[in-house]
Amino acid sequence: MTCEELVELVTAYLDGSLGEGEVRAFDEHLALCPGCVRYLEQFRSTIDLLGTLPQKSLTDPAREQLLEAFAAWRRTPGDGPS
Amino acid sequence: MTGKAGPVGGAAPEDDTLVARLRAGDEQTFAALVDGWSGWMLRLAGRYVPSPSVAEEVVQEAWLAVLQGLEKFRGESSLRTWVHQIVLNQARRRGVRESRSVPFASLLPEDAGPTVDPERFQGRDGAHPGGWRRFPDEWPEQVALTREVHDVVATALAGLPERQRVVVALRDLDGHTSAEVCALLEISAANQRVLLHRGRAVVRAALERYFDRRRTPVEVTS
Repeated sequence: MTCEELVELVTAYLDGSLGEGEVRAFDEHLALCPGCVRYLEQFRSTIDLLGTLPQKSLTDPAREQLLEAFAAWRRTPGDGPS
Repeated sequence: MTGKAGPVGGAAPEDDTLVARLRAGDEQTFAALVDGWSGWMLRLAGRYVPSPSVAEEVVQEAWLAVLQGLEKFRGESSLRTWVHQIVLNQARRRGVRESRSVPFASLLPEDAGPTVDPERFQGRDGAHPGGWRRFPDEWPEQVALTREVHDVVATALAGLPERQRVVVALRDLDGHTSAEVCALLEISAANQRVLLHRGRAVVRAALERYFDRRRTPVEVTS
């Protein structure tokens, strides 16, 4: 496995979706190649940094409206939410 | 910001309990579902409608439709799959640019080719063909989460082709598993991985350029 090949397999490696032979080749390459170790580390850092961006969520007013609609729906079951 | 990954997956055994509680009017269960699922519902709706605010309306309408349909829910599919379908229906009822969204089924030219510039590797005549010409430069030991770094990542993410962006966001921001994303987007595991890997590689490259620029050109004395 060359460096050029390894960099394309990083996500598959991290997801555990490489075959046994590929994992072995990947690990053997890492053991000998500081450049690819660094690339893998940077890839992991990138994923960590992406994880600090905000998750999607409803705005507070939208969430409140839904909870109110639920309360109304609960009071009149069968009629559906107001 | 804690508790990543809402209960998007199959989780079929819990459906009966959830539905029973909702029917009984348990507000906590409803609030927990709204908090856990609205994220992927927004991302899904966002593929069909022009703006985040419309996506939010779609998700609100979808939740109302869920309540209306709850009595009729027979558990033939998982609750998640049922809600997923309702979001799609609500988004399509908006009738807005279905064409905006490129289907996930197949890959596009933008998804092909190397994710690292081939120039960075030695050619066939090199001592190590396919090996780094020069190792990637080291990044700061602890990548501090400054406002600038945050902006670099956010900007790179925003600039990704839509399908790559959606997959990266679902996996790395929202914390969903590969299986969850495949189910949500009706995409194969292999294609999901291609989109995710490309998107991440682009963000990494943006960070690399940022750290390169910041590296003070002070001469290193040994």
